[in-house]
Amino acid sequence: MADGTSIPADLLTPAIRRPQPKSSMQKFMRQRSTIAFLMALPLILLILCLVVYPAFYAIYLSMLNKKMTAFVGLKNFTYLLNRNTFQLVIFQSCLFAITSVVLKALLGFMLAHLMHNISGKYQRVWRGLLLVPWVIPLALSTLTWWWMFDPSYSAFNWLLNQLGFDSVPWLGTGWTARFCTILVNVWFGTPFFMIMYMAALKSVPEQLYEAASIDGAGAIQKLFFVTLPMMRNIISITVLFSLIVTFADFDIVRILTSGGPQDMTHVFATYAFQVGIQSGDIPLGASISLFMLPILAVAAYFVLRGVNKRTKEIAT
Amino acid sequence: MSVTTADTGSALARGKARRKSLHNQRQWALWGSYAALSVFVVMFLVPPFYTIITSLKSSAEMSAQTGNPWIVQHPTLENYTYLLTYPNFLRFFFNSVMVTVLTVAISMVISVLSAFSLSRMGFWGSQTLATGVFLTYLVPASLLFIPLFQIVGWIGLINNVYCLVLLFPTLAVPFCTWIMIGYFSSIPKELDEAALIDGAGYLQMLWKIFIPVAMPGIIAATIFAFTVAWGAFLYPLAYLYTTEQMTLTVGIISDLIRGDVFQWGKIMAACVLASVPPIVIYAFLMDYYIAGLTAGATKG
Repeated sequence: MADGTSIPADLLTPAIRRPQPKSSMQKFMRQRSTIAFLMALPLILLILCLVVYPAFYAIYLSMLNKKMTAFVGLKNFTYLLNRNTFQLVIFQSCLFAITSVVLKALLGFMLAHLMHNISGKYQRVWRGLLLVPWVIPLALSTLTWWWMFDPSYSAFNWLLNQLGFDSVPWLGTGWTARFCTILVNVWFGTPFFMIMYMAALKSVPEQLYEAASIDGAGAIQKLFFVTLPMMRNIISITVLFSLIVTFADFDIVRILTSGGPQDMTHVFATYAFQVGIQSGDIPLGASISLFMLPILAVAAYFVLRGVNKRTKEIAT
Repeated sequence: MSVTTADTGSALARGKARRKSLHNQRQWALWGSYAALSVFVVMFLVPPFYTIITSLKSSAEMSAQTGNPWIVQHPTLENYTYLLTYPNFLRFFFNSVMVTVLTVAISMVISVLSAFSLSRMGFWGSQTLATGVFLTYLVPASLLFIPLFQIVGWIGLINNVYCLVLLFPTLAVPFCTWIMIGYFSSIPKELDEAALIDGAGYLQMLWKIFIPVAMPGIIAATIFAFTVAWGAFLYPLAYLYTTEQMTLTVGIISDLIRGDVFQWGKIMAACVLASVPPIVIYAFLMDYYIAGLTAGATKG
C-alpha cells in the first residue's frame, strides 16, 4: 500500500467448502482442517502479535501519564481536545483528506474517460506515462516537490517572476502550505483512481449506451443515467479506500512542512510522530493516533459492505 | 423509375454524409482526448522531469542561482559518480535491497500458504479470518507506529534495520493474501480433486498446481510487497537513527540534508537512483499488477 493506493475489489468468498462427506470421511476432514489451520498459523500469529496486540496496547498506552507510571484514564484525550493545536490538527486532517479525495476522484474520472476514448495500442503508453507519479516512491517525489516550492530560487517562483508576478512563499504561510500538501497528494493519488475507473468503465456493456442513444439520450444523460449508476459501487469503494489512506497520510506533510508554519499543516500522523517520537511523550502520541480510529472504522465498515455487495453482484 | 433511383441515390449520399459527419465527430473526440491527455501528462511529469534536470547540475551551477532553473547549462554526472562512490549511499541502497527481498520472501510464503488454506481447505473460523485479513489491510501504518515503537524496543530491535523485516510484512501480507485468495478461488475445483485422487498431498497440490496456475496473482502480490517495502517512510524514520542502519528513503533525507545545507543536486540524483528499481519493475510487470488490483472490478 505504498500510498497504499491499491484496492482489493476482489472476491470475499474464501472458504467455500465442498459439501462435507458424512461418515467415514470425518477423520480425513479433521486432519484436513488441522493442516489448513497450520498453514494459516503464520498469518494468524502475524496479525495477533503485530496488529491486534499493538492496537489494544495503544489503547492502554493512551491512558497513562507522560512518564508512563500512572493511570490517568481519559485525561490525555480531554487534554488534547482542549488544545488549540489539536483542534487545528483535526480540522486540517479533514480538510486535507476530503479535499484531496474529491479532487482525485474528479480528475481520475476525467482521465479514465479520456483514456477510454483512445482505446487502442497507444493506450498502454499513455497509461504508463500517467502512472509515473504513482510508481515513484512518495517520499522521494515529495522531496522534489519541496525543492520546487523552495522560496528563494525555485522552479515555480522563477516562472512566476518571469511572468511578472512576485514570488510566493509556498510553504511559508498557512493556506498556501495547506494548498501545496493537497496538491502533492492529488498529483500522487490521481493515477490510482484512473486505473480503478478505467477498469470499471470497461465493464459497462456497450449495448446500454446504444439503447440510451436510441432513446435519444445525450452525452450528459448517458453519463448520469448509464455510466455513473453502473460504476457506483467501484466509485464508492475506491473513494472510501482512498479516504482511509489519505486521512492517515504521513509522508507528504512530514517532508514538505513538518507540520509548519505554526502547526498549520499538521495532520494526525505527523502530529502523533512529533509528540510521540520526537518529544518522547508516547502516551499522548498514542492517543493522537487513536483519534483516527473511529473515522477509519466507519470508512472500513462501508468499504467492507461495498466489497461484499460487489461480490454478490459478481456471483449472480 | 428514374425518380426512385435518384431518391435512393440521394438517400445513399445522405447516409454517407451522415456517416462521414459521425466519423468526423469521432475523430474530433479522439483528437480532443489526445490534447487533454497531453496536458495531464505534462503536468504529471513536471516533478520527475525536474528531478532529472536538477540531478544533472553541478554544485557550482546550483549555488549560482541565476538563469533558468528548468534547463541545465552544463550537464554533468558528478552527482551520480559522487553517490556511487559514497559509502553511506551504497549502505542505504544495500539495506533497502536486503529489507525488500526479505520482506517479499516472508510475505509471499505467509500469504500463499494462508490463502491456499483459506480458499481451499478451510477450518473453523476461516471465514472470519478472511474478513479479518481484509480489515487488517485497511489499518494504515500511521495508526500503530507508537505502540510498535515500544514493542520493537522490548525485542531490542530499535535502530536495527531488521525491525523493518519484522514490521513490513504486517503491511504487505493482508493485501497479498487477499489477492491470492481471489486467484486461488478462481481455479476450478476439478483440478485439485484430480490431484487428490492421484495421491498428491496438500503441499504438493499447492506447489504443482496452484502456484503455477495462479502465477499472475503471485506476480501482482510480489509487486505489492515490493512497493510497500521499498517506499515505506514512516517506520524507518521512527525506528532507525544511525546511518549504517538506514534505508534509502530515510537515508537520503537525513544524510544528504545536513542542517540547513541542502545538496539538491545530490539529493535529486539519489532520488533518481532510488526510483529506478520500482520504475523498471512497473515498466515490465504493470499489467499483472493492475489486473491484480482491479480483478474484482472488471468481473462485474
